[in-house]
Amino acid sequence: MPTIRFVQSDGAEQAVHAELGQSVMQAAVNNQVPGILGDCGGSCSCATCHGYVDEAWNDRVPPPEGYETDMLSCAMDVRPNSRLTCQLNVTPDLDGLVIRLPASQT
Amino acid sequence: MSMDTNGKAVIVGAGHAAGVMAVSLREAGWQGSIVMIGEEAHLPYQRPPLSKAFLAGEAEVEQLYLKPAATYERAGVEFIGATRVERIDRAARLVHLADGRALAWDKLVLATGGRVRRLAGANAEAAARMPNFHYLRTIDDVMRIRAQFHHGVRLVIVGGGYVGLEVAAIARHRGLQVTVLEAAERVLARVTAPEVSCFYERIHRAEGVDVRTGTQVEQFELDPSGDAVAAVVCQDGARIPADLVIVGVGLVPNTELAQAAGLEVDNGIVVDACTRTSDPDIVAIGDCSNHPNDIYGRRLRLESVPNAMEQARTAAAALCGVLKPYNAVPWFWSDQYDLKLKMTGLSQGYDQLVLRGDTGGRSFSAFYLKQGRMLAADTVSRPQEFMLSKRFIAEAIELDPARLADESVPLKDLLPTAP
Repeated sequence: MPTIRFVQSDGAEQAVHAELGQSVMQAAVNNQVPGILGDCGGSCSCATCHGYVDEAWNDRVPPPEGYETDMLSCAMDVRPNSRLTCQLNVTPDLDGLVIRLPASQT
Repeated sequence: MSMDTNGKAVIVGAGHAAGVMAVSLREAGWQGSIVMIGEEAHLPYQRPPLSKAFLAGEAEVEQLYLKPAATYERAGVEFIGATRVERIDRAARLVHLADGRALAWDKLVLATGGRVRRLAGANAEAAARMPNFHYLRTIDDVMRIRAQFHHGVRLVIVGGGYVGLEVAAIARHRGLQVTVLEAAERVLARVTAPEVSCFYERIHRAEGVDVRTGTQVEQFELDPSGDAVAAVVCQDGARIPADLVIVGVGLVPNTELAQAAGLEVDNGIVVDACTRTSDPDIVAIGDCSNHPNDIYGRRLRLESVPNAMEQARTAAAALCGVLKPYNAVPWFWSDQYDLKLKMTGLSQGYDQLVLRGDTGGRSFSAFYLKQGRMLAADTVSRPQEFMLSKRFIAEAIELDPARLADESVPLKDLLPTAP
């Protein structure tokens, strides 16, 4: 079971055990990680699961598809390493992935 | 409302609103017990995938749950499933369950949702008992449908709303023969402009769906052995052979418990902007609630996931003594084929429709204006225009229809510039 680390904007960290095949968003929400909402249940419809992929991991996650990129442009404080975490699926090679969270999703 | 967070909170219902409420209430600081009672056996789950990925067999039951059982255990939430609440006793502060138990409460949350509207007339009730006739609202409904959802099966869908059209799209993808019967003159008549209805009729017909609007069911023909629907007979005389019938003609809010308990009910359980009912210790949230909305200056009952979630969060705060009035622009989504329809706002009363993009293609936005301001928007595969529309509506921004329609003008240029 891969581990994903979520780092809040104030530095607080939480490491969660994620299930293979679930989205990073769902791993966060299931473990009550504050700062990720995922209001639309992962259907890429709300941009409230926004996270920043840590620099060290940026080249190791698959790139976003066009629709995610479009929705992402509407999130708060978007940066080059921004992703909608409902579109990132947990695979064995993402064990140890670090996601930083924005100060707010709304 | 007294602010003792050490009491017993009981949530009637275990749907989306209830699931968010249970955990949010604990996170908001509730220290007493939290019990969530659901009529279905399942933990709270998302319904949108029932007519999409779950019907298509691309998602399994566990993936629908809002949270796994462990999350509720950690939050100290007790879940009682497969149990109906039969009666609310406000004087004694009890709920009476179908299994004979009575549970005490200090604060009560009504998250009873709704049930499918059943077809009236003819032999609809007899047909509904047939194994190949289904309404679609629950995981169990779709499990039964999935067992019959095969290539070549002749499917008749009664109802050209979101559920009917989503099922049609999945069915075509799986190689079923599909007929959609819609009683109104066009599909999605309740919620969109004729131009948008027309677009969806064109798309579905191009995918091979036989869309028949202005068509009502006269009766269901049963097969000679009397144990299955064999055909659907329409009022215009058409007889459509059917192996499978799925009906999606709307939702009726479950307000009976509230009504019997003497709470105010009017197109839903009546609440204020903080989800409080006419009883100071009872809140109501989600599909069953009728709540005020300042943006539209009227009361609404919304059947949407964002509404369920936001009301749950407001109610959790309210029970812990914090007032967070809920007043948001409604929004909704529907996925059919590769098209991502996202809607925001409510279009009733619009005086001008502005189209941006071409309804002859596969991506456009339809903006509903009233006196130059946006009431609502239907966006097809245009997520940025959907997100911007929420702002146009919420902030009552005055719009120039010509610029709104002009795709060479970036939509965000129509936002007011900072002073």
